[in-house]
Amino acid sequence: MEVLRRPVIAGVGFTKITAHWKYSLRDLSSEAALKALSDAGNPKIDAIVVGNMMSGIANGQENLGSLVAESIGLSGVPSVKIEAACASGAAAVMWACLGVLSGLFNSVLVVGVEKMTDVTDKEDVSSALATAADYDYEVFFGATFPSLNAIIMRSYAKTYDLAPEDFGHLPILMHKNAVDVPHAQLRFPINMEGYLNSPIISDPLKLFDCAPIGDGAAALVIMRRDRARNSEHLIEIIGFGSATDTLAMYRREDLARLKAAELATKRALSMAGLEPKDFDIVQIHDAFSVIGYLNLEALGIVERGKAHEFIASGDADRSGALPVNPEGGLKARGHPVGATGVYQIAELALQLSDRAGSSQIENPNVGVAMNVGGTGSNVFVHILRRVE
Amino acid sequence: MWAYRLNIPSHWRLLPERYRLIGGYCEECGYKTFPKQKICPKCGSKRIKSVELPRKGKVITYTVVQTPPRGFEYYTPYILAIIELEDGTRVFSQLTDIEPSEIHEGLEVEMTIRKIRVSGESGAIAYGYKFRPS
Repeated sequence: MEVLRRPVIAGVGFTKITAHWKYSLRDLSSEAALKALSDAGNPKIDAIVVGNMMSGIANGQENLGSLVAESIGLSGVPSVKIEAACASGAAAVMWACLGVLSGLFNSVLVVGVEKMTDVTDKEDVSSALATAADYDYEVFFGATFPSLNAIIMRSYAKTYDLAPEDFGHLPILMHKNAVDVPHAQLRFPINMEGYLNSPIISDPLKLFDCAPIGDGAAALVIMRRDRARNSEHLIEIIGFGSATDTLAMYRREDLARLKAAELATKRALSMAGLEPKDFDIVQIHDAFSVIGYLNLEALGIVERGKAHEFIASGDADRSGALPVNPEGGLKARGHPVGATGVYQIAELALQLSDRAGSSQIENPNVGVAMNVGGTGSNVFVHILRRVE
Repeated sequence: MWAYRLNIPSHWRLLPERYRLIGGYCEECGYKTFPKQKICPKCGSKRIKSVELPRKGKVITYTVVQTPPRGFEYYTPYILAIIELEDGTRVFSQLTDIEPSEIHEGLEVEMTIRKIRVSGESGAIAYGYKFRPS
C-alpha cells in the first residue's frame, strides 16, 4: 500500500456495554459516531459503513445505513449495513478501508452497533444468535450457538488432552482485566473455583466460558493518511485479511482448528509485511474460551494445543510479554455482537496512541485484532501500527 | 420466534435430505457430501449426482444441551452429535433412545425418523433424521 493513501484511524468513540434499557439502536449508534467524529476533529465524511448482525430480528429494523446517517445529521452521505454474523464489526472496518484505498472516499465513518436487550426473552436472543450457524442442517435439529461451540471445545480438549481447568485461565484473565475498564460490562473478578462450578450450558461448555449479552456501539473515522490533518493520534491500518470456511461446522475435516482464521491471518500479515513475532498487543475473539485459544493459534502466537499454557504463564497479562485483550475481551468487556469487531479495533487504536487509560500497556507499536463470525465461518484480521 | 418458526415449504423442499439422507456424489473424484453441493468441495467438478447415504455410522464428537432453544424443552437434556457414516460422510444430528450418561465417542449409531419439532399448537410438525445406538 502506498503510504500516503494508506487508511488511518483518525478518531474513535464507543459507549459502555451493558443492558441499556433507556437507549435505542439509534441512541447508541449516534452516541458512538458523534464521539468518534469529534475525536477525529470533525472531518467531512464521504461514506458510512454500519456493522450489525441482528437488528432485523432483535429490533425489527434493517436499513441501518439510512438510520445511522440520519441520526447524526449526515443524510445524503452513502451509507450501508454490512453483515458477517459476529464479525460484522470488523467486516465493516475492512470495507471502509477498501473505500479509502479505492481512492473514491477520503474519509469513511464505521459504526458497529448491536441492541440485543430489546429481545427480552433469552431464548429469542439465542435464536437470533443461532442465525450465524447453518439453519437447515444445524439449527433446525436443535443446535444453539453455544452447543456448536461446545462441540468445538470437546474436539479441542480431546485432541490435546486438556482438563476442564485448562479452559478457565482465559475467562479468569479477561475478568481481571475488565475490573477497572469503564466501558466494560462485567467488571468483577472470577476465580478457578467459580469457573469450574459455573453451570453447564452445553456439556462441556460452562456459563463462564461464554461472553455475555449486552448492548453497545463503537465507531471509527477511517481516512486516507494524507487527508487526515486534524487528528493528533493517527493509527495506521497496515494490513487486513479475511476468509470464509463452511457455514456448518460438521462439514470441516478438523474440528480443532479454525482454517478461516489461519487464512485471514496469513493475508493480513502478508499485506503488512510482518510476522507474528512483531505483535505487541493482541485482541482475540473470546466469545467462548476455546475460540479464544484457537484465535491465538491461528495468529501464530502459540503452538497448537498450547494456548492455555500461554495464558496461565502470565505472558498475556497487561504487563506480560504479549498482552491479550487488556480491556477484558468479549468475555468481560462484553460482546454486543455486530459492534464487537469495532470495539476491538477502537481499543487497539487507543492502546497504540497511549490513550487507553487504566488498561494502557507499555509502549505498544503493532497490534492485531481477530474477529470471528459464526463457528469460525467468516473471519477478519486487522493489523494496526502507531504512526512514526 | 423468528429463527425457529417452521415454514412448511422450507421443510418440504428438504424432505429427501431429512427422510432419506440424500447427499451428493462427485463423479470425478468420488467425494461425497451431505447435503449435495453444486460444486465438489474437493476437486471443483460440477459432475455431481444425488446419492442415498448409508444409514449407519459412528459418533465422532457430541455435546449434551442443557439450555435448549424454544421448542426443544421437551427433549432436554439432549445430545447433538457429529456422525461419520460408513462411507466417511459426516452428518449433524440429535441422538435418540439414549441417555446422556451412555454417550461416548465411537458409539455405533443408525438413522431413524423422529419428530424434530412442533411449531406451536396449530403449527406444522416436522419429522426428520435422528440417530440411535445400533
